[in-house]
Amino acid sequence: MLELLILIFRNTFRQRLRTLLTVLGMAVAILAFCLLQTVVQAWYSGVSGASPNRLVSRNAVSLIMPLPVSYRQKIMQVPGVSQVTYANWFGGIYIDEKQFFPRMAVDSQSFFDLFPELIVSSDDLARFAKHRNACIAGRKIVEKYGWKIGDAITLTGNIYPGEWRFVLQGVYRGATRSVDETQFFFRWDYLDEMVKKTMPSEAGKVGWYIVQVANPAEAGAISHAIDSLFRNSWAETLTETEKAFQLGFVAMTEAILIAVRVVSYVVIGVILVILANTMAMTSRERMPEYATLKTLGFGNRFLTALIAGESVSIALLGGILGMSLSFPVAAVFSKELGTLLPIFHIELQTLAAGFAISIAIGLLSAVLPAWRAVRTRIAEALSHVG
Amino acid sequence: MIVRVESIHKSYRRGPQEIHVLRGINLGIEEGSFVALMGPSGSGKTTLLNLIAGLDRVDEGTLTVAGTDISRLGEIELAGWRAHHIGFIFQFYNLIPVLTALENVELPLLLRNLTRRERRERATLALDLVGLADRIKHYPGELSGGQQQRVAIARAIVTDPTLIVADEPTGDLDKKSAMEVLELLEQLNKELGKTIIMVTHDPRAAEKAGVIHHLDKGVLDIGRG
Ligand SMILES: Nc1ncnc2c1ncn2[C@@H]1O[C@H](COP(=O)(O)OP(=O)(O)O)[C@@H](O)[C@H]1O
Ligand SMILES: [Mg+2]
Repeated sequence: MLELLILIFRNTFRQRLRTLLTVLGMAVAILAFCLLQTVVQAWYSGVSGASPNRLVSRNAVSLIMPLPVSYRQKIMQVPGVSQVTYANWFGGIYIDEKQFFPRMAVDSQSFFDLFPELIVSSDDLARFAKHRNACIAGRKIVEKYGWKIGDAITLTGNIYPGEWRFVLQGVYRGATRSVDETQFFFRWDYLDEMVKKTMPSEAGKVGWYIVQVANPAEAGAISHAIDSLFRNSWAETLTETEKAFQLGFVAMTEAILIAVRVVSYVVIGVILVILANTMAMTSRERMPEYATLKTLGFGNRFLTALIAGESVSIALLGGILGMSLSFPVAAVFSKELGTLLPIFHIELQTLAAGFAISIAIGLLSAVLPAWRAVRTRIAEALSHVG
Repeated sequence: MIVRVESIHKSYRRGPQEIHVLRGINLGIEEGSFVALMGPSGSGKTTLLNLIAGLDRVDEGTLTVAGTDISRLGEIELAGWRAHHIGFIFQFYNLIPVLTALENVELPLLLRNLTRRERRERATLALDLVGLADRIKHYPGELSGGQQQRVAIARAIVTDPTLIVADEPTGDLDKKSAMEVLELLEQLNKELGKTIIMVTHDPRAAEKAGVIHHLDKGVLDIGRG
């Protein structure tokens, strides 16, 4: 019914200032919701990128305790294991402590085989294999620091003291948008070679193993088999899925994430109250008009559609405005947060949620006014008039 | 008899108090007549008019309008019945401010099976009849009180109702505008044969009507005409 839509449209813009302020409030709320949801997703993004085909074996005592490099051959023997690689957390400082990105020593032969989501050209991989001091970095940090292939990159070690000089031989990019493109990899054998000279007792050790299994369904049995291999040795292992391993990291901040989620819903609750109040106020003023429409024979469905239409229009205008603003704001965030939350972009599902919430807020805000308009008897509503 | 009111009673409850507004009213209105309903404030004029127009329900008695016993109709049936049989004119015009004069007059036609063009034509004709052909694009806020009331009259007649009810239609108007509105109602009655029931406490308004009924303390005097 075109006339109904026209009436809804004109009613919506009748009190311009009131509508404008409500739309802005709504926009801010939906913007906040989208950003907060994105923060939570960014935290979890490492986890959602975890492959069910990968297990992680680490020292059973603590993540910071290493494992002997000789375990690789033994783990390879376990039935169902198709490939094994390993990595060390390097830490270190690039320029200053604020420049954070993950730095790891990895096995140049096998590491990228296990991580197909890190896309490296075969030329880059060949150079990585050829030069002992080679490194491969993610697209985002390469762009951020303006590195070029052949550039020397110097890190100051903290876990492994000294000045470490690497030459950039490759750039990887993520297969999907949710792959972290801020990591920095160099060769484990180069690390080990240096460690042998400076602290011989620490040589031949790796931080953790990454184990590829052919069939994810066997992950439990294989984890068990691996850990049994090293039971009662001086370095026992703890093997779990990559997802469980990463969740262990995230769990520390779980409380903060819950708080962020709660806040994002509180914001929605606040705007619901504001819109509901605006609609209640508006419809109270228009009660004689609603009574007139009823007098003329318009039914409850028409009145309800009229009120809900206005309410949903305001909510959707604000919602769409907020969602549109979330893109530039997220871009600024992404730039400022840099490598701290490497994957900061608005997901489609966040927008879908923002849209659904806008409509729901609009409908909920219309419930009370519509109920009142329907229930009020014409004679009463017009009585101050007659 | 287009309207037959038989010993109707109506009470309102205000808190613990029950106000017996209409106490056994009997009234008959002939088709094509122009009836004025007079009486002091609070005597129940609006209440009676609302009952006849199907805006409220009687407590007791029967109320037959255009052959239908409307005291037996349900809420939804009554709404449909009103849309077909009654044209309303209120003291404060009750136009929709965001709709133009033409759109306001078109409003009751939305409940009919008419094309957009037919609606436009009929609404334009009605506005022409009340002398506002040159104001169809104006919003109520851009019109004087008298003009707004004439738009309201156009809205009341556009559906060609059986009965036009007007509750103090000149109550908010200056003398000149009031006279114009009354002359318009008289013309509708005389030239188009419309049946009109008008509540008023303005004696000059009542003069225009052929029949005057007095209501006092919920009972009706015999009509004089
Ligand atoms: N909806 C209502 N609820 C309670 N009391 C009402 C209602 N409508 C009218 N009344 C009361 O009924 C009496 C008659 O009112 P009304 O018919 O409006 O009188 P009039 O139109 O003659 O001034 C008044 O005392 C008024 O207060
Ligand atoms: Mg009255």
